[in-house]
Amino acid sequence: MTSVVTFSHVTKSYPLYHHITGGFKNLLFNLPKALKEMKSAKFTALEDISFDIKKGECVAFIGRNGAGKSTTLGLIAQVLKPNQGTVEVNGRVSPLLELGGGFHPDLTGVENIELNGVLLGLTRKEVKEKMNQIIDFSELGDFINHPIRTYSSGMLTRLGFSVIAHLDPVILLIDEVLSVGDGKFQQKCYQKMQEFKDRGVTMILVSHNIYDIQRICSRVIWIENHRIKMDAPAEEVLTEYKKHYCL
Amino acid sequence: MKDIIIQLTQKELRVRYKHLSLGYLWSIANPLAYALLYFMIFKIVMKVKIENFPIFLISALFPWQWFANSVGVGPMTFLGNAPLIKKVNFPRYLLSFVAVVQDMLHFLASLPIIVLFLFIFDKSPTLDWILGIPLLCLIQLMLTYGFNLFISTINLFFRDLERLIQIGMTFLFYSTPVVFDINMVPKEYQQLIVLNPVAPLIISWRDLFLNGFINWQYIGISMVWASIVLVLGQLVYNKLSWRFAEIL
Ligand SMILES: Nc1ncnc2c1ncn2[C@@H]1O[C@H](COP(=O)(O)OP(=O)(O)OP(=O)(O)O)[C@@H](O)[C@H]1O
Ligand SMILES: [Mg+2]
Repeated sequence: MTSVVTFSHVTKSYPLYHHITGGFKNLLFNLPKALKEMKSAKFTALEDISFDIKKGECVAFIGRNGAGKSTTLGLIAQVLKPNQGTVEVNGRVSPLLELGGGFHPDLTGVENIELNGVLLGLTRKEVKEKMNQIIDFSELGDFINHPIRTYSSGMLTRLGFSVIAHLDPVILLIDEVLSVGDGKFQQKCYQKMQEFKDRGVTMILVSHNIYDIQRICSRVIWIENHRIKMDAPAEEVLTEYKKHYCL
Repeated sequence: MKDIIIQLTQKELRVRYKHLSLGYLWSIANPLAYALLYFMIFKIVMKVKIENFPIFLISALFPWQWFANSVGVGPMTFLGNAPLIKKVNFPRYLLSFVAVVQDMLHFLASLPIIVLFLFIFDKSPTLDWILGIPLLCLIQLMLTYGFNLFISTINLFFRDLERLIQIGMTFLFYSTPVVFDINMVPKEYQQLIVLNPVAPLIISWRDLFLNGFINWQYIGISMVWASIVLVLGQLVYNKLSWRFAEIL
């Protein structure tokens, strides 16, 4: 089996930039202090993370708020770069599907779909051909032609999931969005994800819902205190996780 | 790549003119409004002695506005596209490029107005336009893109850049021969004009539109400026672009 995502000894730290983003004025008046802070003030979000995800695997990341799960997905999507170690990704990654999705609040659903499609590497023609399928799947009806700032969070999820579900990604990244959809739509998502599994799409998701994970994923990686605490088949990790937090 | 550029340009147009169905009218109404304003101040009130003042004015004002608009949105080019940058890995400099191309399209859309004014003042376009317009467009595209890329990158790290840009643009406007002619500047200061990155370009545009010829000397100088600014912008961008997603 070929690997699609490989992390080796990845460390990611965020500089604490607010003293600069405060502006030029701020910087000029506090120059020595600001320079010192720039070098030292760092927050380590992930430390020495190594794992390897094979083609067609379905992996979930669990852990407490702020553990570094979204950061991991950002690294896989290659919008973030590690400070140490290497991240290797083979294949087309879907745009990060996360809460508050969509690209611009003033664009309509259709326009968001078009933009999503071409950024994923499709041609405009290919996106057009799939447009009806996507709109049908989302069940958004007339709202598809309204700006997405008028959408509810569930509707945004529908839009986001419908797009990436029809764009033939090789790697799917889903950050906690499924729980916002209503029961019926969730059902549809699970069905779609089952299809993906059968087709060999690699799925990587973050969720706080243990039942979701049990249903879809075969492997779970538990991140605690910015490090991997456990990386094993879903059953094992979830049992430990539940015990640990008395769920 | 081509499809991404088209799609992003469309998005940019929709976002900027979201509540306007009269897109084309808007793209010429804005420069014309400024032209009218400057005409009243400099011709009617201050009685500047320049013949054919309206056409003299717009032949430099329209290209200036392309520059000013593209640089003016610089602080927001990356900042305003935060969701895109945080979710997808694609060449982010395209956002800058698209912002500038968009203003270029508006500029091109306003060219018929210049032709119209030429005819009103008993002049006409010349053959030199065929080479001159694409050439100057290319130089201005490079220059403006370089500026936009530089500003939009730096602004992510120093968020109060916007104010500085506003002041800077006002300075630049009055030190560029838009509302006055380069020959009105005292001889001993005229040489200094080449220190202004936009002035040689604007002078070239005016010579092309108003006087109908290609001013190779100023075009050469503006080419040098365009290259410097482009390289500088690209260097800064290359150095910092990997951090965009984490500071947005
Ligand atoms: N852009 C950023 N700049 C500075 N610190 C950040 C940035 N993004 C995340 N962090 C910090 O990194 C840590 C990990 O964040 P991350 O978003 O990966 O957590 P998470 O596991 O997804 O949490 P949650 O379950 O709440 O979504 C957090 O402590 C957060 O404060
Ligand atoms: Mg998160």
